[in-house]
Amino acid sequence: MASDNDGDGTTSVQLAIAWAFVGIPLLWGVYNTLSNALKLFTG
Amino acid sequence: MSLLSILDRDRTIAKPGFSRWMVPPAALCVHLCIGQAYAFSVFNLPMTKLIGLTKSAPGDWNLAELGWIFSLGIVFLGVSAAVFGRWVEEGGPRRAMFAAALCFSGGFLISAFGVWVHQLWLIYIGYGVIGGCGLGIGYISPVSTLIKWFPDRPGMATGMAIMGFGGGAMIAAPLSVWLMHMFATSTHVGVMETFVVLGLIYAFFMFVGAAIVRVPAPGWKPEGYVAPAQPKKLISTRDVFVYQALKTPQFWLIWWVLCLNVTAGIGVLGQASAMSQEMFPGRVTPIAASGFVGLLSIFNMGGRFCWASVSDFIGRKNTYFVFFVLGIVLYSLVPYFGGHGFLPLFVLCFLIIISMYGGGFATVPAYLKDMFGTRYVGAIHGMLLTAWSAAGIFGPVLVNYIRQYQVAHGVPKADAYNITMYIMAVLLVVGFICNFLVRAVDDRHHMALETLDEAVGVA
Repeated sequence: MASDNDGDGTTSVQLAIAWAFVGIPLLWGVYNTLSNALKLFTG
Repeated sequence: MSLLSILDRDRTIAKPGFSRWMVPPAALCVHLCIGQAYAFSVFNLPMTKLIGLTKSAPGDWNLAELGWIFSLGIVFLGVSAAVFGRWVEEGGPRRAMFAAALCFSGGFLISAFGVWVHQLWLIYIGYGVIGGCGLGIGYISPVSTLIKWFPDRPGMATGMAIMGFGGGAMIAAPLSVWLMHMFATSTHVGVMETFVVLGLIYAFFMFVGAAIVRVPAPGWKPEGYVAPAQPKKLISTRDVFVYQALKTPQFWLIWWVLCLNVTAGIGVLGQASAMSQEMFPGRVTPIAASGFVGLLSIFNMGGRFCWASVSDFIGRKNTYFVFFVLGIVLYSLVPYFGGHGFLPLFVLCFLIIISMYGGGFATVPAYLKDMFGTRYVGAIHGMLLTAWSAAGIFGPVLVNYIRQYQVAHGVPKADAYNITMYIMAVLLVVGFICNFLVRAVDDRHHMALETLDEAVGVA
């Protein structure tokens, strides 16, 4: 059975890149929302 | 071998050494993109000024017409998840993610063309119908794969992906506003270019998710994981065929459990800004109310991960018991806190309620897996999402119309939500009863092994 996962296994660098790929935009979104949410206490 | 064969399920089977922790980012690549749907409203006002630029001009679209774009998207989310569920399950996650990417980003590109030629029906078809199918297929595509990779923590695994759907709007809203600002000129508002750029960005992200997703090899188990020798009463060790699940009372009880939990949350989510200002006149300004909505989004997202993870320890049925009991208490307390001006407690109540709203979405795939096994859980989940579509109508209608009725009959605006809160509490009592009635699926509904092999084409 062919598979395109022919490497020896997942490296920690690959894992870090994969999580950063989704984590950075998500953190940016949370940061923006939190900045906006602070207006509840200051507005 | 055709080029598209790289999308086959067989081509995605993981080799030894593949880390299962690569799969949640793959799922998040899709869910963070399709979560944009909740932020579509940022385009509504600019799209009412495509001709007039600074204010609506004759020929410009109005808000009521534009509201249909999001509604169509959500309707087709439910329809496509129900219709294509089995295809998603049997074709594997990569094919489904690829199809979802084509539909979702294609929907943006068609909509961009619709803006360019100023034809609203093209946007209905583009974002509403085709994009909506991308939403539905994308939403269910990683669910069963995650459950198979994380048999020890299925709630946490699906919670991570579905958290992405909650978080997608947090990225999309500021990004869309920034892009429109960048593309706006003295002659147009920049919506068309923003649609094109978003379509391309989302296609890229979703293709990356499709590329890195893998399914576990048959018989794979996490290192050190031993399935419980004595299966728990409510956790099935055998599978139920997708259409057979519809014939079980468990499916419909969980349908109502989800529908009632979502109804209670979705009405609040849509009206949070107005409600907080009307219940605390003079104390909650429009700016503070927008901050309240932001906090709700964060708790909606966090609740998806946290509650689904908790369900791995206390069980799915108990998790929903917590949602319903706590929800009943909190909804009953809101009028008291509102009436006595306890703003921090009012905010706290809604933050917990909205975390359970998100938690309800994220815990339900694992609940279905417990009931119906892992084989068709994605497809069954797709069918269950019709409960979301129904709740999307019930919730806002309940909150809006009851408030309107109260105000029309002379009830002060600050008290106009009280009856709604008590009705929500009653709905949660009904949800509690439905959840209480859930029992293990009868053996006659389970698939025989040979039937399973035939169904998936395994020799």
